[in-house]
Amino acid sequence: MADVSMAAAMTGPRGAKPKKRLTGRNIMLYGTLLVVCLYYLLPLWVMVMTSLKGMPEVRMGNIFSPPVEITFQPWVKAWAEACTGLNCDGLSRGFWNSVVITVPSVILSIAIASVNGYALINWKFKGSDVFFTILIFGSFIPYQIMLYPIVILLREAGLYGSLWGLVLVHSVFGMPILTLLFRNYFSSIPEELFKAARVDGAGFWGIYFRIMLPMSLPIFVVALILQVTGIWNDFLFGVVYTKPDLYPMTVQLNNIVNSVQGVKEYNVNMAATLLTGLVPLVVYFVSGKLFVRGIAAGAVKG
Amino acid sequence: MSATTEAATPRTTSAARPRPRWTRNISAKIAAIPMIATALVIFLGGTIWTVVYSFTNSRLLPRTNFVGFDQYERLWETSRWLISIQNLMFYGVMSLVFTVTMGFVLAVLMDQKIRFEDTFRTIMLYPFALSFIVTGLVWQWILNPQFGIQGVVRDMGWTSFTFDPLNNPQTVLYGLLIAGLWQGTGFVMCLMLAGLRGIDEDIWKAARVDGIPTWKTYVVVIIPMMRPVFITTLVIVASGIIRLYDLVVAMTSGGPGGNASQVPAMYVYDYMFQAQNLGQGFAASTMMLLSVLIVLIPWAYLEFGGKKHG
Amino acid sequence: MGNSIEVRDLTLSFGSVSVLKNMNLNVEEGEFVVLLGPSGCGKSTLLNCLAGLLDITDGQIWIKEKNVTWSEPSERGIGMVFQSYALYPQMTVRGNLSFGLKNARVPQAEIDKRIARAAEILQIQPLLDRKPAALSGGQRQRVAIGRALVRDVDVFLFDEPLSNLDAKLRSELRVEIKRLHNALGNTMVYVTHDQIEALTLADRIAVMKGGVIQQLAEPLEIYNRPSNLFVAGFIGSPSMNFLKGRTVDGGRAFQFGSTKIDLAGYEGGAVLERDDAILGVRPEHITVSTTPLAGPSMPAEVEIDEHLGADSLLWLKAEGVNMSVRVPVEGRLPPGTKVHLGLDIPKASLFDAKTEQRI
Repeated sequence: MADVSMAAAMTGPRGAKPKKRLTGRNIMLYGTLLVVCLYYLLPLWVMVMTSLKGMPEVRMGNIFSPPVEITFQPWVKAWAEACTGLNCDGLSRGFWNSVVITVPSVILSIAIASVNGYALINWKFKGSDVFFTILIFGSFIPYQIMLYPIVILLREAGLYGSLWGLVLVHSVFGMPILTLLFRNYFSSIPEELFKAARVDGAGFWGIYFRIMLPMSLPIFVVALILQVTGIWNDFLFGVVYTKPDLYPMTVQLNNIVNSVQGVKEYNVNMAATLLTGLVPLVVYFVSGKLFVRGIAAGAVKG
Repeated sequence: MSATTEAATPRTTSAARPRPRWTRNISAKIAAIPMIATALVIFLGGTIWTVVYSFTNSRLLPRTNFVGFDQYERLWETSRWLISIQNLMFYGVMSLVFTVTMGFVLAVLMDQKIRFEDTFRTIMLYPFALSFIVTGLVWQWILNPQFGIQGVVRDMGWTSFTFDPLNNPQTVLYGLLIAGLWQGTGFVMCLMLAGLRGIDEDIWKAARVDGIPTWKTYVVVIIPMMRPVFITTLVIVASGIIRLYDLVVAMTSGGPGGNASQVPAMYVYDYMFQAQNLGQGFAASTMMLLSVLIVLIPWAYLEFGGKKHG
Repeated sequence: MGNSIEVRDLTLSFGSVSVLKNMNLNVEEGEFVVLLGPSGCGKSTLLNCLAGLLDITDGQIWIKEKNVTWSEPSERGIGMVFQSYALYPQMTVRGNLSFGLKNARVPQAEIDKRIARAAEILQIQPLLDRKPAALSGGQRQRVAIGRALVRDVDVFLFDEPLSNLDAKLRSELRVEIKRLHNALGNTMVYVTHDQIEALTLADRIAVMKGGVIQQLAEPLEIYNRPSNLFVAGFIGSPSMNFLKGRTVDGGRAFQFGSTKIDLAGYEGGAVLERDDAILGVRPEHITVSTTPLAGPSMPAEVEIDEHLGADSLLWLKAEGVNMSVRVPVEGRLPPGTKVHLGLDIPKASLFDAKTEQRI
């Protein structure tokens, strides 16, 4: 019996199954993906190419073609000379405004939200879940409905139009998603660790700083990425809660590009646009998978 | 094996200090004050405040002169508001349909154990890192009739070619859509891909043993299993669409022709902060809230209503 | 000897669900008490209440003659060892051991002394400067025990400390914990769902179910004289055989189907006539014979025989009821064999089917 089946096996297929690389399926698959990538990459290409051309070449040529003569003049102009209204000191002002807005906002919002998430998981008190539910619902509600009451609150506090007012607004609106992020992360840390620390006599802040924080650096990085891009990209709050000399980069960019006066300098506009997008792009390309984790956190069920 | 000697020590004898209930977890409660204040004062209080003041005739400053539904009647008689609503509905439906289908199809393609997955994902997702302002301005430039796609095709000899969505009231929303899809589809793709990856490998093995073709497995098995992912994605995308503002500001400023691409968020901003007609702004933002609740309540019901702890 | 732990009328409820019901428990100085029960019986909850990690709803907890009902966990004079070890991953073993002492502001010299002593007892000196990630499961659990040890407390609480270990390590550490208890003489409360651990370690076992202690007694007592049907069924593997029937002849015999079993020698002595009674006999208290036996016996048929190495299990059917009998390896019988079962009545247990209590 065994000999017969052995003989039969030797004549049939044997060993590794042959693999075909260029199947019709693969051509379709990679073809589609390449076309899609072209659509995604096109604007970046156009932005970079246009910003490196002189105005005459922009007028003459094709927006998709690379520059014949590379010039960095549009970048210099966008950074240091472009005009918004009466100010002609370029986007640099907006850039520094955005830096000054983003840094404290990111720190404050992450500090608050991480403590929130920690309290919600390990120190539940009566009603804590209710506040969290309101917070999550609040993140879906259009900001427009809360715009004006916040104006009043900030005015009462003497912060309306100031940097710190905007920092508070960013911390408030960053709270739902960040709290969710930290809450979900802390819930994955074994509760026994928290219990052990309590038996060891550590209190609320002791456990937060000595146990939780050192264990949660990855999620802090995720939150950092989320907040830096989110706050840098904000437009609405910048317009509503600050004065023109404090306008963040996005607002200033829009004012430069969409201003009606003067001749349109498309190369300068694209350089300015690219400059504004540079910070989030750098964050994005450096952070890689952590960025994906951050944005997916919003979709994770709480 | 002693039985409890209950009488030996009366219950009142207490070596520990008595604590009133509210002082338990006192540090946690203090630390949660920012969250509590945000939830109650800003999210809940602010919303209620705006809804209440939408029934007043506040103009430059909020006043408590209640006028019933006047603001709402005026709102629904304003052609700009009606156009805003129509625009948002059209844009919203198109955007939802396209982002979700394209996002899902891309996720399926990405899920075929392809090489360079990280590179493809990086390319598809980078627009999501950019602001709507940047997105809008780039596409405004690409869609520029003189130098953009239309200009390039005409220069190649097809002089009657027309592709100028942003300057035509009939097509301006498609122009916004092209930019919006570019910015957001990668995000949806990532959510969908996470959903696909979350499906048990054994399902695929079972389908393969049963001889079900791949496409059919997706349609019959995978999509129904991904229902929660689809719902969550729809809610996230939809609540983002209702807020649509920056993109329109950057691309068209609501034009052409004054209000062909107006959206509600723009209406609210203009009435609150430009036209000094707070009452109208409040009424319009209340309508926005209402529309979100229409999306949100059924979702919350589906998600949390049936069973506790989703 | 005084009581090391006293639980008085302890009740714990979450909303309308009460998890622990009016519980009383005394643990003597130096005693090793095991809380044993199926998952969800409240044994870990009780331990967390003792540790102060859960606020109780009503009642009192006394540790070392001190009412600690409202005290913080760190003020109760307890050390705790967890199932998942719960070592702080970012700290070295030394850091883990000293964390609690530093919080309590113990002088550094004293900390060093205590760590040295604990490390010697547990033989973890070479591991002191490693991070928990670099340790094996058994080593981690040793460190976790060390963390309780350095606190220099009289009461140790163990929350299923061996459940995450494989079978071989588990039995090794079990012996080690027993040795530790003998050496230190601390009071220990130990939660487990593993009855072997309970039977081997405990001075007394508290079998729990539904937030109530079903029986609190020495291991042999629990094994031989279970106080109710639940305890009888929970302890022992395979489970005790339960024969549903009634007592007849003024309580002198047990009627099981068509078989009448003489209860002579049952330790309860006078058993009244009851319509609903259950006779429980452990698998090792039944003898199997192919020939009729003298004394109480019943006919049965072998269905399956499982050999376990040291001995062998016969699964039989008697009067339509499945029974298991432990026999020596040479006593194995092929399926289908007709046999007679002899019951060791003095070691059997009789229960009232309604109250489920031992008669």
